[in-house]
Amino acid sequence: MSDFVVLSLVPMGIGAFAAVACALPGNFLILRRQALIGDAISHVVLPGIVAAFLVTGTVAALPMLAGAAGAAVVAVLLIEAIRRLGRIEPGAAMGVVFTAMFAGGVLLLERSDTSSVHLDVEHALYGNLESLIWLDATGWSSLLDSEALVGLPPELLRTAVACGAMILFVALLWRPLKISTFDEGYARSLGVRTVPLGLALVVAAAVAAVAAFDAVGSILVIAMFICPPATARLMTNRLERQVLLSAVIAAVAALAGYVFAGYGPLWLGRADAVSAAGMIATISGLMLGVACVAAPHRRRAGEPAAG
Amino acid sequence: MLWEALTLQAGYNAALVAVGAGLLGTAAGAAGTFLFLRKRALVSDAISHATLPGVALAFMVMVAFGGDGRWLPGLLLGSALSAGLGLLAVQWISDRTRLNEDAAIGAILSSFFGLGVVLLTVIQTMSSGRQAGIEDFLLGATAGMLMSEATTIAVGGGLAVAATLLLRRPMTVVAFDPGYAAASGIDVRRIDLATMALVLAVTIIGLKVVGLILIVALLIIPPVAARFWSERAGHVATIAGVIGGVSGYLGAAISASAPDLPTGPIVVLVAFAVFCLSLAFAPGRGVLAAFLRHRRFQRRVHLRQGLLALAQGQPVLERYTLRLLARAGLARGDGVPTEAGRAQAARALRDEARWSEARKLHAHETAAGRYDGLTPIEAVLTPDEIRELDRRIGAPHAVTP
Repeated sequence: MSDFVVLSLVPMGIGAFAAVACALPGNFLILRRQALIGDAISHVVLPGIVAAFLVTGTVAALPMLAGAAGAAVVAVLLIEAIRRLGRIEPGAAMGVVFTAMFAGGVLLLERSDTSSVHLDVEHALYGNLESLIWLDATGWSSLLDSEALVGLPPELLRTAVACGAMILFVALLWRPLKISTFDEGYARSLGVRTVPLGLALVVAAAVAAVAAFDAVGSILVIAMFICPPATARLMTNRLERQVLLSAVIAAVAALAGYVFAGYGPLWLGRADAVSAAGMIATISGLMLGVACVAAPHRRRAGEPAAG
Repeated sequence: MLWEALTLQAGYNAALVAVGAGLLGTAAGAAGTFLFLRKRALVSDAISHATLPGVALAFMVMVAFGGDGRWLPGLLLGSALSAGLGLLAVQWISDRTRLNEDAAIGAILSSFFGLGVVLLTVIQTMSSGRQAGIEDFLLGATAGMLMSEATTIAVGGGLAVAATLLLRRPMTVVAFDPGYAAASGIDVRRIDLATMALVLAVTIIGLKVVGLILIVALLIIPPVAARFWSERAGHVATIAGVIGGVSGYLGAAISASAPDLPTGPIVVLVAFAVFCLSLAFAPGRGVLAAFLRHRRFQRRVHLRQGLLALAQGQPVLERYTLRLLARAGLARGDGVPTEAGRAQAARALRDEARWSEARKLHAHETAAGRYDGLTPIEAVLTPDEIRELDRRIGAPHAVTP
């Protein structure tokens, strides 16, 4: 059992925190038809961290986060600029910006000497959830042992803080967010400043993505932005319930995905674990698939029940 | 070295790769145009990410049957199957549930890609098969490409270009006006399906060259760049094909000219450079053109206001206006009008008076709607009508300095 605490407890915690942190803003992005902002942000994180590495020469957490956040802001500004200056529809503008920035990131990475540090495209895509083990732990009692707690991977604290920040963001701005998501004109007439609010939502999503990506990889970030909220959306008509449900679904997908990735192959008689981030994304996709076929509110309002 | 690569002198394989990448870019740009005009550009992102599980499964199946798992046509067939499945899933989710297409795209791309990553880790632990090379599909790799693979890509790219040429008429009509297309006997669903199949084919051919993460760039960037240069769909598709072809060819050549220059990112960055140039300098829709148009408009407004001020004997205090008047020879530096200035000012005042009279009359209601303070009334009313207005206003006044 002490194996479990050393090897699995922390990655499961990180996975769950990261999943919930991304799912919460994802609810509003989906309802506002901005779901692919998460996709764009998680692609442009790569050039951000490579640039930060080239400037500072280390892979320390803080410069990486700053670089990633900077790249996300640059991407959002560029998308907005291209959309306005070139009168290009938002989807295409997004496609232009994130692919070009990702290509730039890959090129920078190939041209610079990163052989001494752990920095490559695969890492940015899949993360390294499995390697975030808690070496100082000896068993469950370590949870109360202050010396062992110091040895916790810093990613745990970071994703937990991000998760807390997202909960706080959604709770504090609940009313304006809700009203402006469903009826922007009404929100404006009530005095809600919808433009800064929309920007705040995108920034919040970027914060969640940046805090989560280096533990779980960008592919899982995209999955968690979209799959749990989309699943919850098909289950209920009330936003309160949808947001709560999406958090629960995200956490369940993270825990179940991690367990399947770590232990599933053993059950099937194979020796090696498979990618946890990939498995979590797959599980969340499967949950959405089930919801698409069977969830109570899967159809658009006013559509006939069968057809 | 770059010159040799550009002129196809850097070895037979490099030449074949460059030609293949050029054909691929042409097909991607042209096919992507119809996707872009249909406002579904990002569907290609879901398609390309959904190829990964197919590639991995095809590899595993081929190894299970005793091969080494790297036979390109087999891998491409697998990727086509799973990408097709992903595409159908996106369609189904956005048609049959209340989720929007963007949510469907994001969900499919992330969960299919996640599954692909899981399968990749399974392959890494397999004892048989040469797994090196599978991960090349993520970012593309043309270095060390087999002759047969390069031929496959060149032939596939050529076929896709031909298919786009054949289907361009119905695809154009459907992209602009699905209702009209249906009324004139085109099966919209089938053409949509054909467009998607074309996009899927381009994606799969491009896997080996640019990789599945960046192939969307070849489908999106050239059409968006081409859109700046023309308002006609056929021209946009042609220009996009040219931009895509040049990007592919140039990118492959640059990448072959030095080590550590991965083909996919270079091709994408060349295309992005073309996009930036188009955004800045295209006539009509470009930023520079818009800026010049704005300056010209500003100049006209200032000049007109300056002339009206002169006509009414008011001093012109605004410096920009003064400079414009002086440069046009209509006023001296201190704001006193010249002979020509007085004549033009009188004309401007007259025009203004005619407009205000016209706007009082019901007969000229529609014409009066075009009043913007700049258009001369002669552009809107006939000489007879203007003479009638003049009769109501009275004789013109001369402007005195």
